[in-house]
Parts: sequence; C-alpha cells; structure tokens
Amino acid sequence: MSAVLDLADIAPAFPDPTRGSQAVFRKVMESMARPGVIHDLGFAPDPPEGLDRASGAIALTLFDFETKVWLDPRLRSGPAEAWMRFHCGPPLTEDTRAAAFALVTDIDSAPPLNAFNEGDAKYPDRSTTLVIQLPALEGGPPVVLTGPGIKTQMILSLAGLPDGFWAQIQANHEKFQFGVDLIFVAGDRVTALPRSTRITVKGD
Amino acid sequence: MAVQPVVEGASERRRWLSILAKAQSKEVLAAWEDLTVRPEYSALRAPEIGMVLVRGRMGGAGDAFNLGEMTVTRAAVRLDSGETGIGYVAGRDRKHAEIAAAVDAMMQSADLRAAVEGAVIARLARTQDERRDTAARKAAATKVDFFTMVRTRSPG
Repeated sequence: MSAVLDLADIAPAFPDPTRGSQAVFRKVMESMARPGVIHDLGFAPDPPEGLDRASGAIALTLFDFETKVWLDPRLRSGPAEAWMRFHCGPPLTEDTRAAAFALVTDIDSAPPLNAFNEGDAKYPDRSTTLVIQLPALEGGPPVVLTGPGIKTQMILSLAGLPDGFWAQIQANHEKFQFGVDLIFVAGDRVTALPRSTRITVKGD
Repeated sequence: MAVQPVVEGASERRRWLSILAKAQSKEVLAAWEDLTVRPEYSALRAPEIGMVLVRGRMGGAGDAFNLGEMTVTRAAVRLDSGETGIGYVAGRDRKHAEIAAAVDAMMQSADLRAAVEGAVIARLARTQDERRDTAARKAAATKVDFFTMVRTRSPG
C-alpha cells in the first residue's frame, strides 16, 4: 500500500456515488434475499481490465476502508487494484481468514471455501463474503436450490465452476450458522447463494 | 506508512496544491470565473466532504499530538485532454475542490499551464501573502516588550 497511485490510468466510478451504490446495494440485497434470481447491473460504470461490470459495481458499493479485501492474485498490482484503491480504499489482505470480502476472478485456482472466514459463534455475520466472477450464470450443469427466500425451488446452472465445487458449497451449508456467503457475477449480471440455501445436485 | 518516493516536480506541485487548498473559496471561484480558457473536464471522483485529523508537534520538534479534526473537501477530475488533477481543500465548498482539481490538472498540461499559473496560482498566492502580512502587522502593533529595569548600584 506504499506505492504512489498513478492516477492517469484510473477509470471513473459512479457519476453519482450515492445513488449509484444504493442502486447496486438494492440489487445485491435482493439477490441475497431470493437466492438464484439473476439481477442486472448494466447501469454501472465501465470496470477496469480484469473485472466484469457487475464485479466492479459490487466492489464500489461494498468495499471501503473498514472491509479487508482478499483479491484474486490475477488482480493484484494491476489496473483493477489501483482502481479499487482509489475509489474504495479497502485494506488489502492475503490472509483468507481475515478477509471480509474476497474477489475471485479465477475460480479454478482460488483457495477452497473453507479457507475463508466462516464467522464465529458470537458473530457468524463476520464471515467472508465471496464475489466470484464466472464466464456465465447460465448454461452449466443445473442444481436445485431450496430454503429461505425460495417459495418452492429454484434451478441455477452456473457455468465454469470446477468439479467438486458444489460439494464445497453443500459442505458450507452443512455448517450453518457458520459458513461463507457467495455472490456470483458474470458480465453485467449477479446472483447470490447465502449459506442458508440447500443445494441438490441433479443426479445425486 | 512507508516513505513516498520523490517524484520529479513534486515539490513544485506541492506548492501550488498548498496555495489552492489554503485559498478562500470565493477567491478561487473569482479567479476561475476570470479565466479566458476553461477546459472541459469530467469527474474522476465527485467532490466529497470528510474529516482529517490534524497533528502537530510542540515547537515543531516535540512529540506528535492530535491537534483536532478539520473539515476537508476533496475531488479528482480528468481534463478532456487527459491530465488528471486532484484537489483537497479546507472547508465544505464542493466547487472549490473541483476547481482546485481542475487547476491542478491544467498546471500539469504544457498547453494550459500558462493560462492558470499567473491568473490563478500567482493571484491566490499574492492574496494569501497580503493576508498573512496584514495579520502579522496587526499582531506586531500589539506587541509589548517586557524588559527588566537594571538598577545600577552605586559603587561603595
């Protein structure tokens, strides 16, 4: 955090930071409340290289000087990190257990879910929230979601998840009230899987 | 906090940023309005108001102590020609911060520098010198010299 930021290459953020971040916050909150519903963040500003529009919008909205952020190694020291430092100013950490948020752009090489902070008995809400950038939110192998916020069931077919990732998410759910919450983004779109959602992989 | 590397021209930029920061908003606005060339710019960081903790050292050399918080408004703008400027100013005037950032960006541009160097920076610096001078003279007029009368003892 000691290097001087070169402002020349930093892209602008929301033209109106208050309204922009409120609109994104609303969408993210809706996503958490209704797991599996896909929302559009196409109104957000252009993100720097390496980030999708929806990831950038979530970073601008949720990251600040009080939230430790674990960045995907692919983003570190790049334009995305500079952009985030200028607009959000979060302390960056390489310690997955200390992170309030994790921004993952390469799911194949990311640490397993249980490497992140799952909260403690007094404050289960202090767990890590992972923002995972995928190639698409549809077209992958379907899973069935049930649980709070879902009337009957939802089908989610995220693309680009590595083998065994759904088993990790199921294990994460088993630990409830502990566990991490997941936000998936692809392009302009976002959907979320809180730790409370039960997941049935088709064919199980 | 690690020591920031010295950037070429940094002390000069520090000087004009300091002048812009310490100027009164109405003086900055007036100087800006009087400019003949005002480039188009867009906000990189819209003006925002916050607090900074001002620290001091007794006599400039003692231990650092917290003097108090002050209100600061900051902004960053990018000119259409590409230069990026930042403005941190005392007080809550958003327009002041924005203009300070725009002037900082213009000072970095070879083409625009001439337009603002005299008309804004030098003008504000002059006003500040005059203000400091007046204050110093008013203070000097009330100065009381305490001296001790030395009684000379008569010999013997």
